Amino acid sequence: MMRISGRSRSSHPPPASAGTDASGGVILYLNDITVSFDGFRALNALSLELQVGELRCIIGPNGAGKTTMMDVITGKTRPDSGSAWFGRSVDLLGLTEPEIAQAGIGRKFQKPTVFEQHTVFENLELAMAGDKSVWKALFARISAARLEQIEQVLERIGLSGHRFDRAGALSHGQKQWLEIGMLLMQDPQLLLVDEPVAGMTPQEIERTAELLTSLAGKHSVVVVEHDMEFVRSIARTVTVLHEGSVLAQGGIDDVQGNPKVIEVYLGV
Amino acid sequence: MSESVVGNSAVVAGNGGGLRKAIRADRGGTVLLGVLLAIALLVPALNLLVPADSVLHMSGYAVTLLGKYMTYAMLAMAVDLVWGYCGILSLGHGAFFALGGYAIGMYLMREIGSRGVYGNPLLPDFMVFLNWTELPWFWHGFNSFPFALSMVFLVPGALALVFGFLAFRSRVSGVYLSIITQALTYALMLAFFRNDMGFGGNNGFTDFKDVLGFNLQSPGTRMVLFLLTAAALGGSYSLCRYIIDSRAGRVIQAVRDAESRARFLGYRVESYKLWMFVLSALLAGLAGALYVTQIGIINPSEFSPTNSIEIVIWVAIGGRGTLYGAVVGAFLVNYAKTYFTAALPSMWLYALGALFVIVTLFLPNGVVGLLGARFGKYRLATAK
Repeated sequence: MMRISGRSRSSHPPPASAGTDASGGVILYLNDITVSFDGFRALNALSLELQVGELRCIIGPNGAGKTTMMDVITGKTRPDSGSAWFGRSVDLLGLTEPEIAQAGIGRKFQKPTVFEQHTVFENLELAMAGDKSVWKALFARISAARLEQIEQVLERIGLSGHRFDRAGALSHGQKQWLEIGMLLMQDPQLLLVDEPVAGMTPQEIERTAELLTSLAGKHSVVVVEHDMEFVRSIARTVTVLHEGSVLAQGGIDDVQGNPKVIEVYLGV
Repeated sequence: MSESVVGNSAVVAGNGGGLRKAIRADRGGTVLLGVLLAIALLVPALNLLVPADSVLHMSGYAVTLLGKYMTYAMLAMAVDLVWGYCGILSLGHGAFFALGGYAIGMYLMREIGSRGVYGNPLLPDFMVFLNWTELPWFWHGFNSFPFALSMVFLVPGALALVFGFLAFRSRVSGVYLSIITQALTYALMLAFFRNDMGFGGNNGFTDFKDVLGFNLQSPGTRMVLFLLTAAALGGSYSLCRYIIDSRAGRVIQAVRDAESRARFLGYRVESYKLWMFVLSALLAGLAGALYVTQIGIINPSEFSPTNSIEIVIWVAIGGRGTLYGAVVGAFLVNYAKTYFTAALPSMWLYALGALFVIVTLFLPNGVVGLLGARFGKYRLATAK
């Protein structure tokens, strides 16, 4: 089963913020993952590989297993069988959600999830990478370098003018960006982004596309999306999921011309 | 982290006098601490210095009553810490309060010595009455004040630690958690009602004589206890405020508002909840100890589930999620209770219910929310 070499270390949790050794060029490696809910196979022997710095779009009809796949990667759902590795050194199946987050995987939810009672600034501060234990947090202070980092992220997500606004008062699109900004503060090696443009205006979609493309390279990004227009504007490689496993994979045009994909999407 | 210290988010808004900024950022708390200080200065003067026949004289009864309200205020603050800021609606905090009270009560019972009704130098009266011949093992050590004082914290703290560990690890939350906390305090009440538990059955402990050799009936001792309570209330407020204003405080509020987001950011949500819950239980235990020392009685009815629900009502009426609101609520409701139970005893529960309904409908942020609406809005709005 193990295709990546030099991976003898078993499921010891990594130290906080350790990141993973991605020198093999593969940042995420899912092999033969199966998840069943009451007999329903949400994921069916799913295998997937993601290269370092890649921006990958995952598409597929409802119930194809896109969100379940994210749940497996982030530790929310445990698969019945299969293996999931983050780089060479981190076995995802042995870790809890906070441990996976600390190891360097950030996740954006489908519904924008920010801390509504906190200000934009505080949201970013809370997302900041670092020791997240209770004791440290009691005496934590922000350093000048961290302030600078927050400023940069505010700039990048276009919310500099809103730093003291309550996150709950932001528009839908701004919340989505704030959540992406929180992922940036976390400085993960791998970003999982679930439906980032749902409910956005065309202008907002355009800005989001720019934002996500600018992230690829430094981070590896997985985007789950329904909006084909949007997928076309950002993706180099597209993976189509269907009934819990990979149906097709390749460039957007190849995939859209694939008869199996057309059948699944249009029911021909 | 070896980063240079620049302060937290408020610092972005600019520099200014530290104290002035703190006062501006926490107006309610400043008022509270100011009032406590004024009480700590005025009450001893009015009670001990002003002659008893003067209109300005404050009776010993009033001092004890005020002291009792302050212990309730501490208890309410403990509940607000977990309910208002962590979103954990505990309907069993009366249990921690009562356990703290029982712990100090055991010491006070041992202090009675041979001055009890039966004059037994070794055993408290209720044990003599039950024909026990020796002290149960868990009573050993309680003749030492430091030991009893540590138990005031250890017993409620340990219970909260074990209970919280199990509940939060299993991700029990919301109404389920509330129901379990009710069951917890109810179970403890039934246990403490039993005579063979060794805690005085339904009579509990009373007839205390002195504490650390000081007569509990003397005005001086009572005043010292009163001042200690005021200091404990002010101290707990400052501690809670520090925590809430720290990053840890922002984390627990984040957990309250979007738990899974916090988890995916790498926070161990369970440990944050657990330590806040334990701290809250410690404060409740201390409040219980101060209560019993001043009121002079502790019995299993303190574990009654309705007591714990009442605490939540104090917090809701005062204003949840403000800390000082809990204090205001505890004072208001308990003053009303003292008044109504004397003037119109049959009306009290109706009045409490009506108060709760009115506040829930018309004052979602409680009494302090009503006052706050006139002054500052969001704290950062003022910091800006």
